[in-house]
Amino acid sequence: MSAIDSLFKTLRAQGHKAFMPFITAGDPDLDFTAAVLRQLVARGSSMCELGIPYSDPIADGPVIQASYTRALGGGVRLARIFDMLSRTTPQLDAPVVTMTSYAIVYRLGLEDCVARAKAAGVAGMIVPDLPVEESDRLAAICRREDFSLIQLVTPTTPWDRARRIAEKTTGFIYYVSVTGITGERAELPAEIIDHVAELRSLADLPICIGFGISRPEHVRMLAPVADGLIVGSAIVRRMAEAESRGRQAVLAEIGDYAGELIAAMEG
Amino acid sequence: MTTTNPAPEEAGRFGPFGGRYVPETLIKALGQLSAEYEKAVGDRAFQLELADLYRHYVGRPSPLYHAERLSARCGGAQIYLKREDLNHTGSHKINNTLGQALLTRRMGKPRVIAETGAGQHGVATATACARFGFECVVYMGEEDIRRQQPNVFSMRLLGAEVRPVSSGSRTLRDAINEAMRDWMASVETTHYILGSVVGPSPFPRIVRDFQSVIGRETRQQCLEQLGRLPDVIVACCGGGSNAAGMFHAFIDEGGVELVGVEAGGRSTKAGDHAATLNFGRPGVLHGAFSYVLQDDDGQTGDVHSVSAGLDYPGVGPEHSYWKESGRVRYTYATDGETLDAFDTLAQTEGILPALESAHAVARAIQIAAEKSRDEAVVICLSGRGDKDAAEIARLRGVGGG
Repeated sequence: MSAIDSLFKTLRAQGHKAFMPFITAGDPDLDFTAAVLRQLVARGSSMCELGIPYSDPIADGPVIQASYTRALGGGVRLARIFDMLSRTTPQLDAPVVTMTSYAIVYRLGLEDCVARAKAAGVAGMIVPDLPVEESDRLAAICRREDFSLIQLVTPTTPWDRARRIAEKTTGFIYYVSVTGITGERAELPAEIIDHVAELRSLADLPICIGFGISRPEHVRMLAPVADGLIVGSAIVRRMAEAESRGRQAVLAEIGDYAGELIAAMEG
Repeated sequence: MTTTNPAPEEAGRFGPFGGRYVPETLIKALGQLSAEYEKAVGDRAFQLELADLYRHYVGRPSPLYHAERLSARCGGAQIYLKREDLNHTGSHKINNTLGQALLTRRMGKPRVIAETGAGQHGVATATACARFGFECVVYMGEEDIRRQQPNVFSMRLLGAEVRPVSSGSRTLRDAINEAMRDWMASVETTHYILGSVVGPSPFPRIVRDFQSVIGRETRQQCLEQLGRLPDVIVACCGGGSNAAGMFHAFIDEGGVELVGVEAGGRSTKAGDHAATLNFGRPGVLHGAFSYVLQDDDGQTGDVHSVSAGLDYPGVGPEHSYWKESGRVRYTYATDGETLDAFDTLAQTEGILPALESAHAVARAIQIAAEKSRDEAVVICLSGRGDKDAAEIARLRGVGGG
C-alpha cells in the first residue's frame, strides 16, 4: 500500500477530506519551495503537489506558466529539485506528488525518473500530457515500485473511457473540474457534482477535484462529493510576490489562506 | 489523399514516432477528428469538393517550372521549381487549410483557431475561414508579428483576429502552446487547424495527406515534362509540411534522392539554429514523440532562424521516421546561405522565394552544381517572398519600409 493509499484510508476512516495545495518548484528558488511545503503541511494540508517547471505547459494558465518561466529563468534544474525533496520530504507529515510533463519523464528515462522521485521521498506522479493509451509502460514501472501514477478524468471524457482510466490509475483519480486550463475562476460549473457522483459509481478509488478552485465557497460546494481538493494558481499567485513583499509575509499569507480553505472544508 | 502509406502507420505512429501526448481534455476532440477524417477519406463528395477547390480556388495544379538561367548559373543539373508560391495566398499552406476547413464543416464546429510562424499558415487559415464563414483566431508570436507584418495585415483584412503571444521566445512554438490552451477551453465548439505535420495524432497524417497533392502533381509533371522521375528532390523542413507533402509520393521510388533542408541559423551552436533532425534527439513536444531540440532536463531549447516559418525546435514525426530509416537525407542551410540563395533566385529567375523556401534553394543549388547536365533536381518552392522583403531590408540595414 502506497503512502497515498494509506492517507486516504486514514482520512476516510476519520471522515476527513484532503486539502492538496499545488506549488511550483523553484519559484523563486528551492529554499522558498521547501519553506512553503513545510508551511502548507504545518497548516493542515494532507498532501502536496509539486509542479516541476516545464518550458511548454499547454494545460496551464498564465499564473502557473509565468511561475514555471520564472523558475526556469532562475536556473532550477531537476537534480536540485530532487535534492531539495530528499532533504524536505522526511520533515513533512504528508505525501508529496509531482506534476511532471511527459517530455521531462521521457528525457530522464521512465525507470530513472520514477527511481529518482521515489528516492527523494515522492509518493506518486501526475503526468498531465500522458493519456491512458500512452501510459502502459510508465504505469507498469510505477506499479512495480509501489509509486502512484495519478491519471486525470475531465468533463470531456466519455464514461466508457473514464472507466478505463479509473482501472489504470493508482493513488487517486484527478477529476478536472472544467474544460480548460488551470487558473482561478469566479464560479465553477454546477454539473461537477453529478459528474463526480457518476465517476464514483465506476471506481472505488479516492476522487480529488482540481482546476479553478480558489475560494471558500468552491471548497464548501465540492468538499462533500470529493475525497480531496487541489488548489494551485491561487497559491502560486501569492508565491510570485515573495520577492516584492518579503518571503515571511508571503509565507504567512499562504499559511492563512490554506487555513481558511481547510476550515471551509471541515465546516 | 487516398494514397497508400509507405510508413508502418499504426495507432497514429510512424514507426516509433508520433502518438498523442496531450491532456485528457483534448483526447475526445482528437478522436472525433480521426473518425471524421476516416469518413471523409472514403467520401467521394468530399474528395470532389476538395479537388474542385484546389482547381478553381487555389489555382492548382501549380506549375513545375524549368529554371533554365538558375540551372546555367549552377553549371550542373537542370533545376525545376514546383511553384507552390503561385497558389492562392502565396504558399502551400492553403492545401491543408481548405481540407481542414471542410472537416470543420463536417464536424459542425463554427470556430477555428490556428497558430502561425511566418504568417503563411495564418493567412491560409483566415482565407479558408472567410470562404466557409467560420470565426477565426490566429495565435502569432510577437517576434513573428514584428518580422512578418504584411501577413498580419492580410489576416486582419480577411476578418481573422490575430492574438499576439508574448510568452517564451514569442515565436512559433509559443503560438502553438497558446493555440493548444485556447483549444483546451473551446474544444467542444472549435477546430484547431494545425498548420504542419506536427502535433498529436491524427494531425501529422491529415496535414501530410492534404499536402501530398504537391508530390502527386510533381510526379505526374515530371513524367510529362521530363519523361521520367527526377534524380533529386529538395524541400525545406521546419515542422515539415511542404516536405512531407512533396516526399510522400516518392518514398517508394528508391531512385529518387530526397533531401530535407533545415534552418542552420547563425551557427551550429545550440540556440543558434533550428535544425532539429541534424542536432536534436527523440523526445516529446507538442503532443508527439519525434526529434526535438531539448536540454538534458527535457526543457525545449531556444532556436533561431532568419525565417519565422522554420524557427521551431521540433519536427513532424514522419520525418523522424524517414530520417531513421535513411530514406530521406536531412541537411541544413545557414541564414547567410539562405539570403544569398534568395538573391540568386530573384536575380536569375525573377522569383522572390519565401525565406523558408530559400533554404531549399540554397542547398539545391549546391547539389545541382555537382551533378551532370542531364540530371534533374526539383525544388519545392513552398512560398513567395514578398512577406520577407521588409525584413531582408532591415537585416541589410536598408530602409525598406
